[in-house]
Amino acid sequence: MNPHISGQYDSELESVRLGFMNMGGRVEKQVRTAARAFAAHDVEAAEAVREGEVEINQLERVLDDRCIHIIARRQPTASDLRLLITIMKGCVDLERMGDEAEKIARMAAEISHLPLPADQYADLQQMQESVIRMVADTLDAFARLDLEAARAVIVADAEVDRMFSAIDQSLSQGLYTHADSIKRSLNTIWAARALERIGDHAKNICELTVYLIEGTDVRHMKDSGRGDESLSE
Amino acid sequence: MPERNRQSWSPCDDRVVELVDAAGSAPEEHARERGAVREDTCLDVRELSVFYGDKQALRDISLTIPKNRVTAFIGPSGCGKSTLLRCFNRMNDLIDEVLMTGEISLNGENIHDPSVDVAQLRRLVGMVFQRPNPFPKSIYENVAYGLRLQRRMARSEIDDRVEWGLKSAALWDEVSDRLKDSALELSSGQQQRLVIARAIAVEPQVLLLDEPASALDPISTLKIEELIGRLKSDYTIVIVTHNMQQAARVSDYTAFLYLGEMIEHDDTDAIFTNPSEQQTEDYITGRYG
Repeated sequence: MNPHISGQYDSELESVRLGFMNMGGRVEKQVRTAARAFAAHDVEAAEAVREGEVEINQLERVLDDRCIHIIARRQPTASDLRLLITIMKGCVDLERMGDEAEKIARMAAEISHLPLPADQYADLQQMQESVIRMVADTLDAFARLDLEAARAVIVADAEVDRMFSAIDQSLSQGLYTHADSIKRSLNTIWAARALERIGDHAKNICELTVYLIEGTDVRHMKDSGRGDESLSE
Repeated sequence: MPERNRQSWSPCDDRVVELVDAAGSAPEEHARERGAVREDTCLDVRELSVFYGDKQALRDISLTIPKNRVTAFIGPSGCGKSTLLRCFNRMNDLIDEVLMTGEISLNGENIHDPSVDVAQLRRLVGMVFQRPNPFPKSIYENVAYGLRLQRRMARSEIDDRVEWGLKSAALWDEVSDRLKDSALELSSGQQQRLVIARAIAVEPQVLLLDEPASALDPISTLKIEELIGRLKSDYTIVIVTHNMQQAARVSDYTAFLYLGEMIEHDDTDAIFTNPSEQQTEDYITGRYG
């Protein structure tokens, strides 16, 4: 991409782009830490996630503010406009991913005094790995404007959804037979649910990244053809 | 290139497009001008080239200007957008050493056909320039002048049409009590609306606007833009503008010209959110091409 005639405009856009990646990096760290907190019943890690959450909320506000500033002063068009829209919408997803990570940390703290389950959360840990990979790939796809990587994450979300269903089903059934571990099982389902939501938000950001790169809207492809009429003038 | 969604379309329009595409009748040369080809055509330009002496100002331009829509021409100075605009009412005929090849039709009729009366063509294709150029006469006379040239009319009919023209140009409320005053006493924004009233009083089909607001203050500019939006239901409007935000605000279609070539012509929404050509992207985002 050629530079703008206004170098100042270039640096303003670069600043929000880097700001988004910085926020994404922190959210990724939150998700990793929350996953560790839950899998190892690690109270300190859970506490670190709850502290980190405040900073992420701040970053969302700062990024939003900068984007509004650029829109008001520069009237961006084409790829510049798509970048700002992607960042403004994407940072909402990042912030929600942070919220979900915090939820996982809260679930972890609540059961940290209990013993680890016999299977050491094998299924949940597998799901954690998949979601952490999705989050990392999402940020890479945005940073490198990598269409294929973005599309791969969108596809990968379906597998994470299946993992959640499997965990939910298996632990729900176990609630009747393992009365001593109800709290742990319920919190595990909640944590898995939060992971599944993190995957959804990663998918949203990848859909925005596709829009950023080629200007096409790939959201809700299953219901395409419906709803347009109600939006028509 | 995937077809874009156009929200204003009805499902029936999509069906028509499918049928047209299936018939294989979409001409190759229309490839760079999506969108506009789906509308009723007002002006049709085919393989137009214009030379000023040795210098080629326009290169092989083909585009369709749809009826009752606003089409904006954008591009850097010297790209040929004003030259193209002037072709539509044969203003270039007035310049020596201009050579033109290709064809322009208005409502299907070649405007260079020997049978065409140029004065009549210019009545059908009115033009407004950058600098307001009212005649040094009264406000009333500015609008009545063209009507009298057209044919003999009763005074009452002229009165009616002057009023109608001034109302259409959103000027009547500001001047109705001083029609005998000199037009030169009006502000430049009012003068420009007077010139538009003068142009539409003779009931043209097309209005060519060559940077109509670039000499005006922001409020007068917005009034002209508002007027353009209202006039398009009755006229086909082609506007040349240096102000890209203005093109984005007022036009339905935008054509980007560069060094005498038409780089891209598409829905204004598409041009300003996701242009197909890198040169368009560089120009509208303010990058070095």
